[in-house]
Amino acid sequence: MPNFIDRRLNPKDKSLGNRQRFLKRAREELKRFIKDRVKTDKIADVDSDHAVPMPARGASEPTFQPARGSGDRQYVLPGNRDYMPGDRIDKPQGGGGSGSSAGKGEDEDNFQFLLSREEVLELFFEDLELPDMIKLSLKEAVAFKPRRAGFATSGSPTNINVSRTMRNSYGRRIALQRPKRKTLEALAQEIEALATEPELGIAERRHLEDLRVQLDLLERRRRRIPYVDPVDIRFNRFERQPLPNANAVMFCLMDVSSSMGEREKDLAKRFFVLLHLFLKRRYDRIDIVFIRHTDEAGEVDEDTFFYSTQSGGTVVSTALEEMLRIIQERYPAKEWNIYAAQASDGDNVSRDSDRCASLLTSELMRLCQYYAYVEIIDERESEIFGSTDNGTSLWRAYRTVDGEWPNFQMTRIARPSDIYPVFRKLFARQPTLQFR
Amino acid sequence: MIKNAGSTLLFDSSDWNFKTLSHAYDAIETIAIDELGLDVYPNQLEIISSEQMLDAYSSVGMPLMYQHWSFGKRFVYEENGYRKGHHGLAYELVINSNPCITYLMEENTMAMQTLVTAHAAFGHNHFFKNNYLFKQWTDAGAILSYMEFSKKYIAKCEERHGTSAVEAILDSAHALMDQGVFRYRRPPRLSSKKEQERARERLEYEEQTYSDLWRTLPRATGRPDPEEAERDAMERKKVLNLPEENLLYFLEKNSLILEPWQRELLRIVRVIAQYFYPQRQTKVMNEGCATYVHYTIMNRLFDQGKISEGAMLEMLHSHSSVVFQPHFDDPRFSGLNPYALGFAMMQDIERICNQPTSEDRDWFPAIAGSGRWRETLIDAWANHRDESFILQYLSPALIRKFRLFQLTDEASNKYCEVASIHNERGYSEIRKALARSYDVSANSQDIQVVDVDLLGDRQLRLEHRMKNGVLLEETSRDATLAHIRHLWGYGVSLAGVDGKTGAARYACSTG
Repeated sequence: MPNFIDRRLNPKDKSLGNRQRFLKRAREELKRFIKDRVKTDKIADVDSDHAVPMPARGASEPTFQPARGSGDRQYVLPGNRDYMPGDRIDKPQGGGGSGSSAGKGEDEDNFQFLLSREEVLELFFEDLELPDMIKLSLKEAVAFKPRRAGFATSGSPTNINVSRTMRNSYGRRIALQRPKRKTLEALAQEIEALATEPELGIAERRHLEDLRVQLDLLERRRRRIPYVDPVDIRFNRFERQPLPNANAVMFCLMDVSSSMGEREKDLAKRFFVLLHLFLKRRYDRIDIVFIRHTDEAGEVDEDTFFYSTQSGGTVVSTALEEMLRIIQERYPAKEWNIYAAQASDGDNVSRDSDRCASLLTSELMRLCQYYAYVEIIDERESEIFGSTDNGTSLWRAYRTVDGEWPNFQMTRIARPSDIYPVFRKLFARQPTLQFR
Repeated sequence: MIKNAGSTLLFDSSDWNFKTLSHAYDAIETIAIDELGLDVYPNQLEIISSEQMLDAYSSVGMPLMYQHWSFGKRFVYEENGYRKGHHGLAYELVINSNPCITYLMEENTMAMQTLVTAHAAFGHNHFFKNNYLFKQWTDAGAILSYMEFSKKYIAKCEERHGTSAVEAILDSAHALMDQGVFRYRRPPRLSSKKEQERARERLEYEEQTYSDLWRTLPRATGRPDPEEAERDAMERKKVLNLPEENLLYFLEKNSLILEPWQRELLRIVRVIAQYFYPQRQTKVMNEGCATYVHYTIMNRLFDQGKISEGAMLEMLHSHSSVVFQPHFDDPRFSGLNPYALGFAMMQDIERICNQPTSEDRDWFPAIAGSGRWRETLIDAWANHRDESFILQYLSPALIRKFRLFQLTDEASNKYCEVASIHNERGYSEIRKALARSYDVSANSQDIQVVDVDLLGDRQLRLEHRMKNGVLLEETSRDATLAHIRHLWGYGVSLAGVDGKTGAARYACSTG
């Protein structure tokens, strides 16, 4: 007799630790890959599962391997049809034939595996230097709240719905004619009354017998049909309902004149992605509106926004006007939470900057929940400027707005790690999710 | 046994439960022990899910394994292939231990479970217990507790010295796994009970010992006498037991920079490599034996009326897909299938013993027509490895059946030449060549430690004895040398010499 063991109940994911170690090892390469993905993907798709290729470096396991196409080898192969000794077969181009020496050369070239959303975000956050708590809260999925949703035949004992259960049991008892206790008691009394009679006639005795049989029958029937049967039981059923959230719209404004190069756009994109991640956590539905501007502004789709260049001057106020127009047209501030993020290298036509500031203070800032402005500069410039007030004309103009409105944030960034400070205030107001 | 009236079937549906499993096991056991005369370790059958099977795959089929990123990589790879349907999962996995552990997948139908029980719990199990290589080189009773010890030990090292330090050593050790086995010398037996004690003792001892490698006293001035230098070298080689084929062993014993715990890690990797070495030498025989056993048992059960026709068809279907051998020009071809070759050879031996042709009588005078197929097979399973088995038992009939032919591939030519085919003149040539291709020690790279420059820069000299002029692949060679250097602590040089003539071919070294 063998020893059978059921291992299926063992804890799962025995390999998870090893998988994590492997990812850690290939981290640099995967990070580079995710970075490229962020450049090409849509903003809203960044936090999803990603298939990534097997990292080549950092995860190689070298051993002494025979070199292909060197030396003399012998192969024995099956399935000869018409070869005769002495026949010559041209070697396939690119190394030796695939003989019986096909070792561990598994084709890992086009091999892809899935990174989960958490792993992807971990890699994305890497250079942004976010505080841990923020990272955790960004990775969190939407909050759910259980909501009553009818009844179920199974559930946990704490959720038994007594009234519904008893209603079912009552119906069943009527249908199956479960004798009531009153009738039984009445019968028993009758029997007792008869039994205590000193003298009984034959008919009465027979009647007593009948009664006893009937009582016996009823009692058995009562035992057979339970008062509450498992089929009667009903449980309260709950559905996990996502917390109702208002809608948000996110305006991405960017200067696309030729002064914004690859690096600047990449930084700007990360900035937008981070804002989007934050909004995604709080709101059910997020619309993203992309407005690009040179000396005129227009709403475009995401691809155009990031990848096509326009030439022309730079008039920032056009973008703000366009944004205002769209808000009035489609996103009434009563129904929408409006967020805006603007990225620019600070170039602007002279005298236009003041107009921007006044547009913001008079109109836009009243409508917006939050307005973030980042100015993308060179690493060298960042050392010169630091956090001083002088800078481009746009910067100086926005400084006035910054002083006036608490929900306005601005900063200069040269490195990915400079992005987070813009949002610091935003994240600092950890809104407690309210159950409505 | 008898379930519903008049039916002798072991099971009549595709669902299994532990009761039907053990009925089937008993019926199989009766046939295996009484009719085939197998001799097995006690069995332990474990039911696992497909995820657990993937886990078992990625930890090289061991129920216990230490943690390392390379297993994570393999897991990701296997899981991916399985998800996309590139490859299915094995129906079973069997571990050479005492008791013999067999994993059964929960998704298998009852017919599959029966087949797998016969295949692994009796076929493989008998082979593990009786084959001379396994008897000599592996200790089935001790391996599980040794693995437990090694897992704990490595986890402890990680706590004490940090994961990355442990990983660095393991990476280097893994790179030398192929060169970490004794091929000619009996390794000392593991006694798992004393293992932990020994580890502690060794730590203490290592710290106190004196190593000749550390001799730093200046030598007497004056010109060194060449004879004396020669004598010194001889002396040194004797002390260090050179040349040494087992690089991991040499490094573990003689490396100049390793801490005691690091030596213990090398030892663990070496023991595991040694444990798997016999399995690499007996792929064809092992699978052939198991496949032959399950096939025989299935047919016997069917003849006894214990298996329904439907179940038998299902078993035959999976049996025939396991022993399928595509031709060399088929896109599905990836070398000779060990199941197909092994199974065909076992069946062939049975045929030769029972109904020999005159050709068989010429080739196998000892066994042809003897009728003693059972004894012949049991003897072959016990006393051969792939190479010697093929050399002795591959019959011309089989060579014709597989239509085998031999190709010669010389690097200097632009073509391969057909050297021999399945005809009178080719049989013995093909047999020899095929046997050679299954000789693991002839096909792995022969790299040995030949000298250590103790007085100079302490360089470790390795020699690669090339077979038939086959070189090493350069990028992986250099990366592996870097690993050896990492373990040795000083420069390492590798010289390639021709295996036959001893003429130097190439040389390279790490700085």
